[in-house]
Amino acid sequence: MIEVLSLEFMRHALLAGLLASLCCGVMGTLVVVNRIVFISGGIAHAAYGGIGLAFFLGLSPLLGTVGFTLAAALAMAWISLAQKHRADAVIGVIWALGMALGVILLDLTPGYKVDLMSYLFGSLLTVPRTDLFLMAGLDAVVILFALAFYNQLLALSFDEPFARTRGVPVRRLYLALILLVALTVVLLIRVAGLILIIALLTIPPFIAEAWCRTLKGMMLLAAGLCALFTVLGLWLSYSLDLTSGPSIILVAGAGFFLSLATKRLGTRG
Amino acid sequence: MNPPVIEIQNLNFAYNRQPVLSQVDLVIREGDCVALLGPNGGGKTTLLKLCLGLLKPDSGRVTVLGRDMGREPGQVLGRIGYVPQDLSLNPGFPITALDLVLTGRLAPGRNRFGFSRRDRAAAQGALETVGLGDRSGWRVDRLSGGQRQRVMIARALVTEPELLFLDEPTASVDREWQARLYDLFLELNQRSTLVIVSHDLSIVASHIKSVACVNQTVHHHPRPEITARMIQETYQCPVELIAHGLPHRVLAEHDEAGGRDD
Repeated sequence: MIEVLSLEFMRHALLAGLLASLCCGVMGTLVVVNRIVFISGGIAHAAYGGIGLAFFLGLSPLLGTVGFTLAAALAMAWISLAQKHRADAVIGVIWALGMALGVILLDLTPGYKVDLMSYLFGSLLTVPRTDLFLMAGLDAVVILFALAFYNQLLALSFDEPFARTRGVPVRRLYLALILLVALTVVLLIRVAGLILIIALLTIPPFIAEAWCRTLKGMMLLAAGLCALFTVLGLWLSYSLDLTSGPSIILVAGAGFFLSLATKRLGTRG
Repeated sequence: MNPPVIEIQNLNFAYNRQPVLSQVDLVIREGDCVALLGPNGGGKTTLLKLCLGLLKPDSGRVTVLGRDMGREPGQVLGRIGYVPQDLSLNPGFPITALDLVLTGRLAPGRNRFGFSRRDRAAAQGALETVGLGDRSGWRVDRLSGGQRQRVMIARALVTEPELLFLDEPTASVDREWQARLYDLFLELNQRSTLVIVSHDLSIVASHIKSVACVNQTVHHHPRPEITARMIQETYQCPVELIAHGLPHRVLAEHDEAGGRDD
């Protein structure tokens, strides 16, 4: 493992994985306790439209993806607030439309087709240095948001009507939450790919929830678990020559079933 | 006469065109302790949610502490407390009893970056008031239903409200705690106006100042008496009254001799 770190791309991969784990733990926790897994999945898939758009217009893929994903996320958040009872159907529509748009726009883009598999399933082993700075920046934004609004987020997540009666601006906070989910998704595309992101956002918090007494603790433990899965997955991927994204997700999946098994034993014993 | 804290004028509210409250007029004055009685689905919880600004009226006005709750309630929310009915929310959520009670210290524009030592002391004190001082570090979903309900009451206590809405606040606590909590409400009533939804007529009768019968319409009876007629009017059928435990007076003596309750 040590000599692996002498390779620059492995150092980058490891650092990117750890940076992503931080915001994955914080945002994943908020996604799980607020039960917005579906909308998060929708955002992740719709992000493909942004990738298509970026290549079609010749923009930087990251910028194009961020812009498009934020717009799609805002649309979904607005619909889920305005039309609660049919929100999931509409989110499903945007989910698929975003992906379809991405594929068509890439068809229409002349010339060399980039390796699209890396966007779908992640490409931690090819993270450029600039992405590391962006990831660190996003981490800072996410952590500042969680720190600044921790108590309001806690109240909103646990009991929304009560939070409203305490004057918590739940609408604005919810929109901010969804927008940060969108940013997190864009960031995690590197790690797990947009199809697999949802597992990385949900598995670590799901495991952590059973072991923590506070939301803060859950965020920290989830971030730690996410980092563990990422490092193990990366190591498996390197030593067995497997695709990194799915390796990370399968390790996380193993952790998920392990935690289910221990939980069962725990409740029996 | 005390100034009004709640003024409802010509209020109408419907869920999916199904009227829940029609032509409601109600004035509740400062210092009152009102029991809301009525059948399930009669609109008691809806009425509370309209007063809290959680629901907006289809027509009419709900004014609470001088503020139109159909618009943005704003700062006035900081003066209102609420004990909701639903205790089953969010099982598995990692939150300690103390942290849950602390969310009651949130108020419009306050505590954005954290809670003060005074907030924590107030929260711990409220937990002690409801007999859960030694449970402050426990996860809420590890507590029993009755204990959880007491935590919710503690959360409302730390808001130090001028006006407190309680929606079936003792439905899952045991008899002993039920009596102690109602004594606590009585004490609170010296500083705050209380609006209590309850099915527990026996205990409500001895702790309130007025009764409002809610069944799509609202009738406010300014005396602390629950009469057999009142019960029958709200439930719209003959009611057989069974008191649990020790014998105690459930209904006021009534010269109409109760009509049909045999």
